[in-house]
Amino acid sequence: MNLQDYKGVYVFVQQVDNKITGVSFELIGKAKELAAAMDTQVTAILLGYNVESLCDELAEYGADKIVMVDNEALEPYRTEPYAYAISAIIEKYKPSVVLYGATAIGRDLAPRVSARVRTGLTADCTKLEVDLETKGLQMTRPAFGGNIMATILCPEHRPQMATVRPGVMQKIKPVKGAKAEVEKLDLEFVPNHNYVEVEEVIKKVSNKIDIQDAKILVSGGRGVGCPENFKLLSDLAEAIGGEVSASRACVDAGWAEKDIQVGQTGKTVRPNLYIACGISGAIQHLAGMEESDVIIAINKDESAPIFEVADYGIVGDLTKILPIFTEKVKEAMAARQNG
Amino acid sequence: MNIVVCIKQVPNTNEVKLDPVTGTLIRDGVPSIINPDDKAGLEAALRLKDQFGAHVTVITMGPPQADTALREALAMGADEAVLITDRAFGGADTLATSTTIAAGIKKLPYDLIITGRQAIDGDTAQVGPQIAEHLNIPNVSYAEDIKVEGDTVIVKRQYEDRYHVVKVKMPCLITALSELNQPRYMTPGGIFDAYREKKVTVWTVNDIEVDRDRIGLKGSPTRVFKSFPKSLKAAGTVVQLDPEDSAEYMLEKLREKFII
Repeated sequence: MNLQDYKGVYVFVQQVDNKITGVSFELIGKAKELAAAMDTQVTAILLGYNVESLCDELAEYGADKIVMVDNEALEPYRTEPYAYAISAIIEKYKPSVVLYGATAIGRDLAPRVSARVRTGLTADCTKLEVDLETKGLQMTRPAFGGNIMATILCPEHRPQMATVRPGVMQKIKPVKGAKAEVEKLDLEFVPNHNYVEVEEVIKKVSNKIDIQDAKILVSGGRGVGCPENFKLLSDLAEAIGGEVSASRACVDAGWAEKDIQVGQTGKTVRPNLYIACGISGAIQHLAGMEESDVIIAINKDESAPIFEVADYGIVGDLTKILPIFTEKVKEAMAARQNG
Repeated sequence: MNIVVCIKQVPNTNEVKLDPVTGTLIRDGVPSIINPDDKAGLEAALRLKDQFGAHVTVITMGPPQADTALREALAMGADEAVLITDRAFGGADTLATSTTIAAGIKKLPYDLIITGRQAIDGDTAQVGPQIAEHLNIPNVSYAEDIKVEGDTVIVKRQYEDRYHVVKVKMPCLITALSELNQPRYMTPGGIFDAYREKKVTVWTVNDIEVDRDRIGLKGSPTRVFKSFPKSLKAAGTVVQLDPEDSAEYMLEKLREKFII
């Protein structure tokens, strides 16, 4: 393999129901930095059916080029036709780097592709850098449940592939009217034994805002004590204009839904304000929230590890403190509106 | 029906602690367990055995002590166990690992292969889909429910905001979520059988058909460049006040930060 033949930073654009998933914009943002350091370009790989209208948005978020495969076989997502398309693109364009979101799609697709094209894949990265000397990609990820970080290289194989945790990289401010060169690639999809049949699509009904998009999170842990006490958190969230999230302990106990779980096995969040209520701060939890701008922690146990990452720690009983705080927040908000 | 379940013995990462002085992992005394997603996969296989009389084989790649995990699986009700172990497999990344396990599975009869979604020590979720690719069979990841009808497996496949009900023809590979079920306990009789009646078949590199350039460290495209303890940001202020003052304190800080 001649490494010099492989050029460009490629991003797999995940779209579901013809709507681009947020992590794809984050990856394009990161890819721009990497491409600048490697002196190359950012190419978005857009797969789906009737997806041409999404190209402008990708350009506005920083894609220089778009390779698009538009085919009925690509709707809805199935492993085989997607793996086939990505592998064909890798073979044709020889990218140096291919990035995927570490989503339920990306984490299924990327390993299948890595085994097909026989290259390395680093999972769930939280940091990507370019080695200035070799121009190789340094992929950093948490391991051992977030206890340690490991930086991984893919020195002799191309493309260098990584899945990246949603919510970690920053998307750029979209440039209105930006255009990218679009190349439509015609591939023939011949169903074989690896094709599965999607018999039904069941959408989970949710009118909640995704916790990854929330500016303020009021987050509950085991110390909340019982599911009823979550009302104290949702009252505060409503008063302060935030959303409720939870630690794994609450999700495992059935007090909270999986989709609001923060942490290594949940979501990574970086809100402006994270209020940790009764969360002890296991390393797996901290991995998902320590990048928040301001962290307030309320916990009865003064030795709780959450206090090691909190900007402001309150040792006390959240069931007593939260109702008073919520009232004060309401007053402050009302005063601001009137003033 | 022949079911092969891939399991991994992992340290219970919830109990891994960092040495506060050196910043390295303290692994001594940390118990080893069957990876939770894999155990759910095994339970799913055992339920199919209960329902249809399937033959369940568990397979793992690991050091000789992974025998314990296989014995536990046998005690839960698996019929056969295979340990793939050899120094030649050391240092394998996911691609080399999946290549090795796939070579082992090729020696077994299989209709359905079940792996866990991911292992708690690595969290990669890669080995399952990669095994399917090496065996050239379809895979369905993130299974929250598995049903078998004739030669077809019907999987409730989880995504962030939806499920797909997926129909896939056997042979195929499914990756299981721990939400799939509540794994059964070993029975005393099962434990007795696992150590006295059943045996663990051990395969070395010479027992499987695999390209030596594609296993172990040599067959691994990725390299660990460095590993380091996670740096936590500097701790802030911790106060202990009565509830009223605590609330006032927080409000003050939010004002300082212009959040309110």
